[in-house]
Amino acid sequence: MTALPEHTQKKLGLVIDLDTCVGCHACVISCKGWNTENYGAPLSDQDPYGTPSGTFLNRVHSYEVQPEEGAAQLIHFPKSCLHCEDAPCVTVCPTGASYKRVEDGIVLVNESDCIGCGLCAWACPYGARELDQAEGVMKKCTLCVDRIYNENLPEEDREPACVRTCPAGARHFGDLGDPDSNVSQLVAERGGMDLMPEQGTKPVNKYLPPRPKDQMDQIDILAPFLEPVAEETKGFLGWLDKTLEKL
Amino acid sequence: MHPAPSVIVFTTLSGLGFGLLFWLGLGIPSVTGWSAFAFFTIAYVLAVGGLISSTFHLGHPERAMKAFTQWRTSWLSREGVAAVAALLIMAGFGAGLVFMAANWAVLGWLGALLSLLTVYCTAMIYGQLKTVPRWKQPLTPVLMLTISLAGGALLAGQVSYALILLPLAGVVQVAWWVMGDRALVESGSNLSTATGLGQPGQVRAFEPPHTGTNYLLREFVHVVGRKHAVKLRAIALILGFALPVVLLLLPFNHIFALFAIVSHLAGIAASRWLFFAEAEHVVGLYYGKR
Repeated sequence: MTALPEHTQKKLGLVIDLDTCVGCHACVISCKGWNTENYGAPLSDQDPYGTPSGTFLNRVHSYEVQPEEGAAQLIHFPKSCLHCEDAPCVTVCPTGASYKRVEDGIVLVNESDCIGCGLCAWACPYGARELDQAEGVMKKCTLCVDRIYNENLPEEDREPACVRTCPAGARHFGDLGDPDSNVSQLVAERGGMDLMPEQGTKPVNKYLPPRPKDQMDQIDILAPFLEPVAEETKGFLGWLDKTLEKL
Repeated sequence: MHPAPSVIVFTTLSGLGFGLLFWLGLGIPSVTGWSAFAFFTIAYVLAVGGLISSTFHLGHPERAMKAFTQWRTSWLSREGVAAVAALLIMAGFGAGLVFMAANWAVLGWLGALLSLLTVYCTAMIYGQLKTVPRWKQPLTPVLMLTISLAGGALLAGQVSYALILLPLAGVVQVAWWVMGDRALVESGSNLSTATGLGQPGQVRAFEPPHTGTNYLLREFVHVVGRKHAVKLRAIALILGFALPVVLLLLPFNHIFALFAIVSHLAGIAASRWLFFAEAEHVVGLYYGKR
């Protein structure tokens, strides 16, 4: 049934640190690597050596933020399913293929029930769902449901592939429903935010905003007393400057 | 949004077919025997043809039966249930008229109601989506219902009703465009809320996540179709509403009536193309597009 659960026992999700992400796309690759050969249909590519297009469950955008004063800042922005509490993608599904799990809040697609109508992707504001062109079914982040509970894996590997692989430690996985969990504390400390809160989806995944840049008003207390750098050019360059000036 | 031909054909034809079924259900015109057979055949070809074409864009059409299960939550599922119920009830009503010259009025009223309900459900598939602010407005179901009723009246040969409903649908269409043009801005979603990065300064999409295109861009960021939006709006208004009214006002002639129907269909197809092509999905914001 595609009704959303009233309450989930856990709210498993990701916390993504926009201050730390270096934009290496390793999470994109590890996600595709794990998910193309495990849960559900593989993530196909079309024309990979020509004009490529393929299914990805995680993508990294890059944004430039230009403050009022000072230099622009480049922010890398990984984006995958936010496992929303009020997931609009679930309720629009006509077949019951999309569902949100009561036990941990993960939003999943039962691919054998999916008719590939695409309405769930229409309902998602974040572009988290992509219809696989080879399989004709909807693909989305599973929060690596086949890793996090997998007792055949060593314990340190029982977290989503993107989190496990991130070389910068910019991705964190945990229960956001538990206020004492590491991820919840991180969100509280760093002012974790929701994407497009006005859409009313109540995302579980949170984003940690970039920390403010250090301000270095004065490099040295003696700096004001230093000789200013000569502004008049001398020698050959000075001659060249004057000559070109006269032309 | 990508204007998929199968969905444009579906909403245009089905809307018209269920519009005609509505009038037939009310007994307007009151027909029996062969003429009833002709009217019902046209209505079923349009309604069922549209429904079948809507399955062409599915990834797995063979599982389409599963779509009848989630009517409690999903407008798409409700549409399927309402459509099948309307077609079955109207088939019973039609059979009475065609074969027994029996007018089971209550069955007809129920069928008419279900036909309208089907069009309303279709409209709500789009009208429910917060992600497409242009569609998420109360006028979306009003637009689809008035167009369906006007087209149905036209097909049913009800000149006096059509002369009221066609101009009304035209007015709703213009109002829908005017409201729709400001919907994205009024929704409050922009690159700043999408990324949460508006606090330190002005956000600009610097580099997309992929060099090629992808499903999201193909499906949601369809810019080419908007190029001739103003011209297409004029075409939709003239062919869809104005010309049929003029033709109906002329002394009655079956050729004029046929022209009015063809012109109306072409106009509504243009309007439906724009319905999709002009709709901006908020996911486009992440790509710095709309």
